[in-house]
Amino acid sequence: MSAEHHHIVSFRQNTIIWLVLLVFTAITVAASRFDFGFLNIVVALGIATCKAGLVTLYFMHLRYEGNLIRLMVFIAFAILAIAIGFTFFDVAYR
Amino acid sequence: MSNVHNDYLGAKIGMWLFLFTEVLLFGGLFLLYAIYLHQHPAEFHKASKELDVLLGTVNTVVLITSSFFVALSISALQQGKVVLCKRLLTATVGCALIFLVIKYFEWSAKIHHGIYPDSDQLLLRPAGEIVYFGLYYVMTGLHGIHVIIGGAVLLYALRLINAGRVTADNFIFLENSGLYWHLVDLVWIYLFPLFYLIV
Amino acid sequence: MATADAVQTSRGFWGPLQGTKNSIGSWIFSTDHKRIGILYFYGIIGFFLVGLLLGFLVRLELIAPGKTIMDAQTYNAIFTLHGVVMIFLVVIPSIPAAFGNIFLPIQIGAEDVSFPRLNNFSWWLYVTGAVLALSSLFTGDGPPDTGWTFYVPFSNVTTTNVNVALAAVFVLGFSSILTGLNFITTIHRLRAEGMTWTRLPLFVWSLYATGWIQVLATPVLGITVLLVVVERVMGVGLFDATKGGDPLLYQHLFWIYSHPAVYIMILPAMGVISEIIPVFSRKKIFGYKMIAFSSLAIAFAGSLVWAHHMFTSGMSDTAVLVFSFLTFVVAIPSAIKVFNWVSTMFKGAIYLEPPMYYAMAFIFLFSIGGLTGLVLGGAGTDIHVHDTYFVVAHFHYVIFGGLGFGLFGAMHYWFPKIYGKMYNKRVANISCLVTFIGFNVLYFPLFVIGLQGMPRRYYDYLPQYTTGHFISTVGSWILAAGLLLMLWNLFKGARSGPRAGDNPWNAVTLEWQVPSPPPHHNFVEEPVVTHGPYDFREVTSDE
Repeated sequence: MSAEHHHIVSFRQNTIIWLVLLVFTAITVAASRFDFGFLNIVVALGIATCKAGLVTLYFMHLRYEGNLIRLMVFIAFAILAIAIGFTFFDVAYR
Repeated sequence: MSNVHNDYLGAKIGMWLFLFTEVLLFGGLFLLYAIYLHQHPAEFHKASKELDVLLGTVNTVVLITSSFFVALSISALQQGKVVLCKRLLTATVGCALIFLVIKYFEWSAKIHHGIYPDSDQLLLRPAGEIVYFGLYYVMTGLHGIHVIIGGAVLLYALRLINAGRVTADNFIFLENSGLYWHLVDLVWIYLFPLFYLIV
Repeated sequence: MATADAVQTSRGFWGPLQGTKNSIGSWIFSTDHKRIGILYFYGIIGFFLVGLLLGFLVRLELIAPGKTIMDAQTYNAIFTLHGVVMIFLVVIPSIPAAFGNIFLPIQIGAEDVSFPRLNNFSWWLYVTGAVLALSSLFTGDGPPDTGWTFYVPFSNVTTTNVNVALAAVFVLGFSSILTGLNFITTIHRLRAEGMTWTRLPLFVWSLYATGWIQVLATPVLGITVLLVVVERVMGVGLFDATKGGDPLLYQHLFWIYSHPAVYIMILPAMGVISEIIPVFSRKKIFGYKMIAFSSLAIAFAGSLVWAHHMFTSGMSDTAVLVFSFLTFVVAIPSAIKVFNWVSTMFKGAIYLEPPMYYAMAFIFLFSIGGLTGLVLGGAGTDIHVHDTYFVVAHFHYVIFGGLGFGLFGAMHYWFPKIYGKMYNKRVANISCLVTFIGFNVLYFPLFVIGLQGMPRRYYDYLPQYTTGHFISTVGSWILAAGLLLMLWNLFKGARSGPRAGDNPWNAVTLEWQVPSPPPHHNFVEEPVVTHGPYDFREVTSDE
């Protein structure tokens, strides 16, 4: 296994990601002070997804994994999206 | 044929598959949240004001930092810096403890005020608020259980490093433990705005 | 000594490992996929008999209107248990955990699965779940009476042992998840040299698709049953209308798992049929790629249709429309398989051995079940038959007629490989016929009385349904006789049947190229694969 090349994320890159995450946290707290109407939830979840993306791609290394694992991650989240989305066919149209 | 006893990529794939099960497990709860938010928007907004944004933010920073620490610990081990790795790992678990302590205070404050599942006080409230707090306890509760499990797994990784069974050449256990921990962080990244910031 | 060695070798993985005794521990703590598969197999057969007995009792009660042998509360508990045992302890694990475990690694040329210790842990989870399920019989207020679907609000308020039963379901779900996870990783990582994706046996493809459903759908069941327990214990109220909850959301969450679950049940059985048909038609399977693709398509499309169980629940018309449409779509890949199997048989050299009889019975019974599924999938027609015996007949045709006969086919196909012996083929064929006849006498009348309005899960019924129920109960006796004959025949064959060679069916897949029974280490050296799994050109007769 040591013969395989392992991409090592540098301390510097990890730190930058951490700082960006903190900035996003500050932004999302600040944004919650304003009322964008129904966009409130969109903004909040949008920022959360940016943060989640950074954690997944960099801390969890997904950016450096092969297509197989990336496809699997996509499938898992797609199934979740379908489950929630299709339930709204019921709830939103009652 | 890959050697079954030493298949790095296989172990990583297995861990990701397990993470998917966690995503779908919490996913069911997020489904409920989405529906109930849709059905009771005003009450959700009102009830969320009763949560302490400062404590929630602190906990968010704590978990993000803990993810940072565990990611660093893996990089450290890969570079052969075992002592640094162990310190970072310990710091990660420390963050987990801080998170749990803050959560404990949040919960006990609510319970002290009579806001807990099936309490008389809660049942007097409008339906949407009852549901909001029901989801709050179940989701943060399940998340808290995963924080405890994740912390235990990381401590076990620390033990294996001490025993020389997780090393710079064989670090998949640490990497997989880190993946689990990041998932715990990811769930909270969504719980935080959904419960604290939709005021 | 040569003789002892020869005996030991002829017992393969059944015999003790070199220098050890064959202790119980060497079996129940084994990380050998073959031993784990056998442990699962015997557990599954045992619980199948339990489930059969429960079903037998249900039918006995229903032979005539009014009380026959039990009161209404007992009846509710019996049919609930019948469902819980059959679904969670038998059908869901059955083919993957037993035959998948034994044969997946061998069929891909591997020594074992990716995570052998996790595999053993999965079995222990199965045992734990079984113990929990059984304990719900004897503790507290007795076994649950909610039906296996545990719908709220009744599952919330009934004082029976719902908590224990749901704990069992949770643990069993975890067992299923880990098996799926193990198989997906194994298929990706441990294929032998030359075993490309397009040379995989179709059984392996079916296990792959099934593994994905196990991993992605089962956790939703996990959270759902967890929520019911939390509801009962702490009164959270997320499904309780008096506390702002929506009972329909329970149904959504429940079926988001339980519909894909039926594909966990049927896909491996279809995989078995795809193995058997080419071998006993002496012909390459027709449309290999389409069958492989259809397994993936069923897995995906099957996760889009769950609310077809809820057409009459009060959900929106939009949802009814969408889910009905998608239900018709998911029928297509199943039909593709049936066409391809039959096309394989066309102009093949058909060998009528027991596995082939079971396979043909599968195709016939599954087709009836599948076609009646379309009646249920059409929202308009469903309103008439929902919660009637039409539904009961439909799912028994697809699950029992489908998966059940697929399981029996697998048992008869791989029996000589597992035991190194052969059963009495004539008795096997007779038991197939008796079972088939009994099955149809039992279940076909249920379509009729269902259409006539007989509701399901009813303890008592109006006199006009008596004839149908009577015939059905008689059918259950015939079916029971056929099944007992089948099992006795296999048992006898395992004890004292004639020795079978390594490849009595002249098949091509890798498990037939290793000794019967397979040795502890599957392969002397890792195989190199140079052709597909249904290439019969170079097969020479074993006899």
